Amino acid sequence: MSNALTIKALSKIYANDFHALKGIDLSIKEGDFFALLGSNGAGKTTIIGIICGLLEKTAGNISVLGLNQDSSAYEVKRLIGLMPQEFNFNPFEPIEEILINQAGYHGITRTHAKAYAEILLKRVELWDKRLDVAKSLSGGMKRRLMLARALIHKPKILILDEPSAGVDIEIRRSMWAFLRELNKEGVTIILTTHYLEEAESLCRNIAIVDNGEVIEQTSMKRLLSKVSQQTLILESGKKLPKIPVKLEFSVTQLNDYSLEMVLESGTSITQALQTLGEHGISIDHIRSAQNRLETLFLNLTSGK
Amino acid sequence: MWIQYKTIVIREILRFSRIWVQTLFPPITTTLLYLLIFGGLMGERIGNMQGVDYLHFIIPGIILMTVIQNSYANTVASFFLAKFNHSIEELLVSPVSYWVILLGYVSGGVARGLTVGLGVLIAVSFFVDLQIYSVFIIFIIFLLTAVLFSLAGFINAIFAQSFDDISIVPTFILMPMIYLGGMFYSIEILPEFWQNLSKFNPIYYMVDGFRMGFLGSSTTGIVESIMVLLAMIVLLSLLALYLLKRGINIKT
Repeated sequence: MSNALTIKALSKIYANDFHALKGIDLSIKEGDFFALLGSNGAGKTTIIGIICGLLEKTAGNISVLGLNQDSSAYEVKRLIGLMPQEFNFNPFEPIEEILINQAGYHGITRTHAKAYAEILLKRVELWDKRLDVAKSLSGGMKRRLMLARALIHKPKILILDEPSAGVDIEIRRSMWAFLRELNKEGVTIILTTHYLEEAESLCRNIAIVDNGEVIEQTSMKRLLSKVSQQTLILESGKKLPKIPVKLEFSVTQLNDYSLEMVLESGTSITQALQTLGEHGISIDHIRSAQNRLETLFLNLTSGK
Repeated sequence: MWIQYKTIVIREILRFSRIWVQTLFPPITTTLLYLLIFGGLMGERIGNMQGVDYLHFIIPGIILMTVIQNSYANTVASFFLAKFNHSIEELLVSPVSYWVILLGYVSGGVARGLTVGLGVLIAVSFFVDLQIYSVFIIFIIFLLTAVLFSLAGFINAIFAQSFDDISIVPTFILMPMIYLGGMFYSIEILPEFWQNLSKFNPIYYMVDGFRMGFLGSSTTGIVESIMVLLAMIVLLSLLALYLLKRGINIKT
């Protein structure tokens, strides 16, 4: 499979001499669901801004689906849909108009744009609000509007900069389902997020950016396998019996109904639960005490 | 390219039409007040100017003033707000060329300038028996003036970084140029030094040319007026395109 995006030696120095990007190399396969992680100020939004033509690069090369950004700027823009981090629409424009105008900027006729805007607005649950001005929407609705706008010209690559910020859990899950659907249809998705759970749940590959450099680019599976321990919270509907002293893994009783279990890499959860069952401890619910990616991310960016 | 241009123009027209109470209605009211005070009440005491009564003399200047102010106000406000609320990014991430962006915004400014100018012309015609010498001259000066000041508003918006910046130029530069450009008087009544100085004010040529279209007389030639306007349009278009391409205050 060919590359959807190839970045070579990309650097950006702002007018105040701040080196935001220090020779970034990145390649993302077509059809991938890719996470770009990094703390605030790491350079993620700068990378996205340069790819989408919002910022000027200082040096380096970007090619999108084989097209060089410098020589085929307009063709590249047609291939990309951007949902930015900050709201960037006219708050006084009606929602449907925002979508139709964006389609118009891509050369799509009003009739075609109107028909597709209806599909998209229904998909992001904003159809009933189509005649309202954008400023009347809640934060989550505004994000969904930007997602629909990013898709109005049917891009091959969708770039999402913090798509879930301010979106409640229910809508977030429905947005994830929509993104998975799009990815299945062949849209390459590049995602930056602060919700590491989001990256872990959605993305197959990942790059971690720190201080203007890519410090890790690998598959999500491989990255997560680097985590040596996994801490789980186990909950039971019944009052728990006494915990046996000698077990192959560490278990601490938190209260009458819940336990904290720490498993070393390679220990199977099923096996551990079986062992607990043999001691009369039945578990009804399991959740992760700490996001594994979060642990790894903190380790990588703090130089451990 | 046509669809992209049309989208920007329709968006611009819808923008000023939605807020017609702010954009279309006040200039017409203000113009009628000007005519009542300067033309009706004071005009008779002033007498004739350039061979016609004062009311007929000031009408072309007053109409042109509304065209200048509204064309300018439309592009400066619209483009600055697009920068302010970051909706300019909608255009920057799209395959729209810089000249289409410029043409779209300028056409929006021209549309507002012409709508308001026409509204004023119609409103005035209810109260004054308008004298028209050449519809063609009126139209050409009308159009070129609207284009020129839409471009000027666009350039102001590119440089502007705050709301203050979009009101400084109209208040301290544009307004004095309009008032000193022979809108209320013929420059023939000025001392020679001020007459010569007025000839450096481009608005003088527009007002004079426009007056020619109504009254059939002017202090300078119509060709000279059109040439000055065309030269300034070319100059400002090149400047605006250069600033857009460089991404001044738009891209970092």
